[in-house]
Amino acid sequence: MIEILAVLGFPIAGALVLAAIGHRGRAATVNVVICLATFLSAVALTVRVISYGPLLVLDRLFFVDPFNVFLVALTAFVGFTTSIFSRPYMRIEREHGRLTPARLRLYHSMYQVFNFTMLLALLTNNMGILWVALEAATLATVLLVSLYRTPASLEAAWKYFILCGVGIAQALFGTILLYFAAEKLLGAEGGALLWTELNAVKGQLEPTVLSLAFVFLLVGYGTKVGLVPLHNWLPDAHAEGPTPVSAVLSGLLLNVALYAVVRCKVLVDGSLHNSFAKGLMMGFGMLSVVVAAFLLSRQRDIKRLFAYSSIEHMGIITFAFGMGGPISNFAGLLHMTVHSLTKSAIFFAVGHAAQKTGTQLIDGIRGLITISPAIGWGLVLGTLAILGMPPFGVFASEFLILTTAIHDQPWATPLLLLSLGVAFAAVFSKVQPMVFGDTNAARLPHRPAMTPVFVHLALVLMLGLWIPPFLADWYRQAAKLIG
Amino acid sequence: MAATPLWAQLINLLAAILLLLAFAMLAQRRVLTLINLFAAQGLALASSTAIVAFATGQRHLYWSAGLTLILKVALLPWLLHRLIRKLDVRWDVEGLINIPMTMLIGIVLVVFAFNLAVPISQLANTVTRATLGIAMASVMLSFLMMITRRKAIPQVIGFLSMENGLFFAATSATYGMPMVVELGIALDVLVGMLILGVFFFQIREQFDSLDLKHLEHLKEEE
Repeated sequence: MIEILAVLGFPIAGALVLAAIGHRGRAATVNVVICLATFLSAVALTVRVISYGPLLVLDRLFFVDPFNVFLVALTAFVGFTTSIFSRPYMRIEREHGRLTPARLRLYHSMYQVFNFTMLLALLTNNMGILWVALEAATLATVLLVSLYRTPASLEAAWKYFILCGVGIAQALFGTILLYFAAEKLLGAEGGALLWTELNAVKGQLEPTVLSLAFVFLLVGYGTKVGLVPLHNWLPDAHAEGPTPVSAVLSGLLLNVALYAVVRCKVLVDGSLHNSFAKGLMMGFGMLSVVVAAFLLSRQRDIKRLFAYSSIEHMGIITFAFGMGGPISNFAGLLHMTVHSLTKSAIFFAVGHAAQKTGTQLIDGIRGLITISPAIGWGLVLGTLAILGMPPFGVFASEFLILTTAIHDQPWATPLLLLSLGVAFAAVFSKVQPMVFGDTNAARLPHRPAMTPVFVHLALVLMLGLWIPPFLADWYRQAAKLIG
Repeated sequence: MAATPLWAQLINLLAAILLLLAFAMLAQRRVLTLINLFAAQGLALASSTAIVAFATGQRHLYWSAGLTLILKVALLPWLLHRLIRKLDVRWDVEGLINIPMTMLIGIVLVVFAFNLAVPISQLANTVTRATLGIAMASVMLSFLMMITRRKAIPQVIGFLSMENGLFFAATSATYGMPMVVELGIALDVLVGMLILGVFFFQIREQFDSLDLKHLEHLKEEE
């Protein structure tokens, strides 16, 4: 229990401290230290859950099982590495005059608030609190996306707020319907919104209400996942916000929103005993994969390009969870992990590249390998990893998803293969000249913070070659829970 | 259920008022009146919640009613009024579609919402189940308002009024969500409103107007 309090307590304390001193020179270091403390608490929590089994504490308010504990660890880890990356990145942004001290203070404080809401959404057992946490995450990120206060960033933030606000309101309606169905079985006092209680009685929940509730929940949380056709906010928010924010949006927020959808799916499947939720998730997932893959080739902004790639990958994961079954769920969980590691690494590299060349346009960035070999290699390896090249982990998970699809959903296989091929052609042909093309730009005056990039890529490489037994065991348990 | 028909009647009446106000907001051209209508809707919501609380003896609904009263009748309209005074915007609201057309679409939406609510209402055993359709209808009308309005403030009022409809759905179908969730939602709404207030100033500073047509530059690349 102390671990849970620490995991949630550090970011909230950090938000308060940084709200006071976030503009000082040392604030970025404080940010890193707080994220490290959060990460260490998350590790402690993980060790505890692995050795003693699921936790249900504080009047059933928090619930930790293998499914969410690995996401907690992943969230805290990416939060930590992003804070390391953000330290030099934001300093340079400030030197370039794009940020005032007051904005920097807002940034640091909101970064911690965002971390807090993500972890709260993952740890809570209450479906209502899950909603509140995701809504709070929207509000925190609206402020982060509009940090530069340029016309484009204001527009992106406004779009984000309105679309996600409307989306999340649908999810609230879904939650109300869920409560309505459960209240009759559990009573108003009996914690009819607690996931563990709902899970225990899911077989008796009213199927009509649950199917309607799931439609609202999927549309609502699906907006945050970035599922097509609800994805419009995602590329803008990624492109216009500061790069560390793009990294955590892609790496963390999308995962957590999908986590909410999957938690709901477990309940609906238990009540309906048919393939309603399965079909919906596969449909939305497949549509996202196809649409995003074909939109990739039309992008001219490097951050938008990778934002669309995030939509594609979230589609793949949604499809995998929709398909269900132990192998597919295993692959979905693995893909969540490797996507979030790889995509945040790519954004780190892209951030430095864009900062160096002063533009986010693909045509404006050339010959990174001469300007800075570390950035160039980081970007090219990250791109290869995200495109599913062996031996990286993305290949392993996509391979598992494809083979399961051949077995269970033969219709989907050609579509998936085609989209992956199109995505490969589109992304690689754009990144290749960026890295190897001719340039007349000078070498970087300062050393970029590339350690997080290579740590992430090394982890992804390791997951592709060898999944540690405890992790595989963990994924298997989680996959069984999802059903 | 110890509810006398009178309470049920009163709640139905307030539900009808809620829906009527949603239509009035849809038809309203002036921003100041829009805010007042929103406050009136909040009042209808708060009183219906209080009546449900009294009729069913659900103690926590009094808190919920009080919260609605403070937040949606007093605080948010006050903030919006202040915002308008400070920004000095009193323009008329222009819609993307003309008002009669919007109203017609609204009627279709109401019919749709009632049909959608029928299977759920039959399952509910609360006194207020008949109002679930109305709650859904007002959510959809607010949604329509957000889609058809082009300026920032009416869009936000549409958003807040959608929240009203959702709260009404929660009380009418289930006698309200657990307190901790309601508090969380209220906090989110309030913080969101404050952020938007700051936001309006930013948008105006950048574009010299709150017309959202300036916010249509981020399109797909060719």
